[in-house]
Amino acid sequence: MNHVRIPGVLVVLAASMAIIGCGKKEEPKAAAPAPAPAAAAPAPAPKPEMVVKIGHVAPLTGPIAHLGKDNENGARMAVDDANAKKVEIDGKVIKFELLGEDDQADPKTGAVVAQKLVDAKVAGVVGHLNSGTTIPASAIYNQAGLPQISPSATNPKYTQQGFNTAFRVMANDIQQGSVVGTYAVKDMGAKKVAIIDDRTAYGQGLADEVEKAAKAAGATIVAREFTNDKATDFKAILTKIKAKNPDVVFLGGMDAVGGPMLKQMKELGIKAKFTTGDGGCSPELIKLAGPASEGVICSQAGLPPEKLPNGQKFLEDFTKKYGQIQIYSPYSYDAVMVLIDAMKRANSADPVKYLPEVGKTSYDGVTGKIEFDEKGDIKNGAITVFEIKDGKLVTLKSEGGSAPAK
Amino acid sequence: MDTLLQQLINGLTLGAVYALVALGYTMVYGIIGLINFAHGEVVMIGTMVAFTVIVSLASSGMSPLLILGVGLLVSVVVCMVLGWALERVAYRPLRHAPRLTPLITAIGMSIVLQNVAMIIWGRNYITFPPMINKQIYEIGGASFTNVQVAIVSLAALVMLGLIYLVHRTRIGMAMRATAQNPHVASLMGVDINRVIAMAFIIGSALGAVAGCMVGSYYEIAHYQMGFMLGLKAFTAAVLGGIGNLAGAMAGGLLLGLIEALGAGYIGDLTGDFLGSHYQDIFAFIVLIIVLMFRPSGLFGERTGDRA
Repeated sequence: MNHVRIPGVLVVLAASMAIIGCGKKEEPKAAAPAPAPAAAAPAPAPKPEMVVKIGHVAPLTGPIAHLGKDNENGARMAVDDANAKKVEIDGKVIKFELLGEDDQADPKTGAVVAQKLVDAKVAGVVGHLNSGTTIPASAIYNQAGLPQISPSATNPKYTQQGFNTAFRVMANDIQQGSVVGTYAVKDMGAKKVAIIDDRTAYGQGLADEVEKAAKAAGATIVAREFTNDKATDFKAILTKIKAKNPDVVFLGGMDAVGGPMLKQMKELGIKAKFTTGDGGCSPELIKLAGPASEGVICSQAGLPPEKLPNGQKFLEDFTKKYGQIQIYSPYSYDAVMVLIDAMKRANSADPVKYLPEVGKTSYDGVTGKIEFDEKGDIKNGAITVFEIKDGKLVTLKSEGGSAPAK
Repeated sequence: MDTLLQQLINGLTLGAVYALVALGYTMVYGIIGLINFAHGEVVMIGTMVAFTVIVSLASSGMSPLLILGVGLLVSVVVCMVLGWALERVAYRPLRHAPRLTPLITAIGMSIVLQNVAMIIWGRNYITFPPMINKQIYEIGGASFTNVQVAIVSLAALVMLGLIYLVHRTRIGMAMRATAQNPHVASLMGVDINRVIAMAFIIGSALGAVAGCMVGSYYEIAHYQMGFMLGLKAFTAAVLGGIGNLAGAMAGGLLLGLIEALGAGYIGDLTGDFLGSHYQDIFAFIVLIIVLMFRPSGLFGERTGDRA
């Protein structure tokens, strides 16, 4: 992308130099990025342009690359929309550039690309996708004083490290785990719960919260099993779970694990209801599990798209441009917008100057009203419980969430 | 008891797949002493090709079994060509290079193939269309599907065929001769290049069969699926004694069973001190113990200086 854009800036520079050099009032012909509507004006030299780079990190390769691409598309759309609006900061037209990096959902790679973005002098970072990559990377951004907004890292630890640079735009796993755990016991009537997690910061963290909530609501945990985020064979642990005869099985993990797991549960004749958190609450799960996904209960941090204040329009625009939304693209869209909004209020794209403004955000995004508490968590984060019916995610109920501002 | 039986069935299916993939590693290693790390990717390409064929034929009105057969056949042929090309392009020029060079090349080829697959088939998971109507049978409280039966019996059939090929045919004799001493074999009129190419071709064909099995068993495919599978199969080959056909089969089955039983019982055995996340560790502990007592694997005795 750099290669495409830099010449654009050079052309403008060269053009303005040429004008100055000639000393004549010649209007630059076809000044590439100059705004079309203002063409009629006598043009007191085109407004100075400034490039502001925003980093985005998500796994673009590996088992959950589809989710990573979804996040990146959300951020890319936000950057395109912001560029179309010709945002001005400090008298300069800002051209936002998205530097998309791939962390392979791997904590080590996550730290490496975080450093890469710091070195590339980005103004802020949206990401990472996984909690396991977001937490180690957040220390690097913090040291560099770069604002970081994760659109999907739900592990509570991320914002508990005392970093003034770490923010997230959806509810964390304490909230989500308690909603799902309580739902399984109270609404689904589960007495015996089996819990599986994928040993990632996300899966394990969420599973722990569900365990706490389910115990608190009066259920017994009959099995706690483990797999990993790259596995496809779960028959051994499922067989063990089957022997314990649970009412509900909860998976703390991603859709790529949940899909084959559901099929194998069916093959083993396990009757228990399957529940999972946001990582498995995607259209991809339905695609991977097919009919075996019927009746799955899952939760997402946030409101269902149809309840989002500007959700419908976002949904249409996004689908037109990139296809089906997986889970978190609306959040990465908003995360970019929150950064830009803070820059506007601070009238600066310098992280030192606009960072304080990020904490004071009060922004009406496509996912609802965004305000941060002192830790950087979203205030009033919503959790929605879905059931998969006829191959679609159907909203059962939502908890929390601020009223959509019209 | 029914749980144990179920775990044995789980392990057997997994083991059959490992064994087939392990054969690909062991054949190549047995003949030229190269660990072909790209073999896992050949398996993945096999799955992907079968997937493409099956999807494009799905609406043609052919019978599902025939479609599956065509998918398998096409994927076997494609993988054979791929295996041959790998050897020709990446390994043959390095035949006399130090041992480390082809090994690094193999890892490189594995990355190249993964990325080519990502470009062709995308980075998303692919759902393998279920062509066989899954039937679930039960015996003694344990359940298994007709797909599992098909996998285990097809694997057994293919392995028997391979043993026949190596021990009863001319090309098999040439392979064994080359494995013993390539120079002497070539003096005796064996075309070494052809024999080595054949080892890659046959190994890749087995990989394609394994790939189709994995695809129809788990019903999903992904461009990175070959990596873990390849690693496990390589482990199985080492466990059984790399370079030895019977060893690869035994190692594969054993590894599958160890994994299933490990995940199923390690928690109970240690009073939940170690959970099922120690499944892989358990498998590797067994590997280490075996190698301590039999450094060349369970069946490996004739490796000598080639190891």
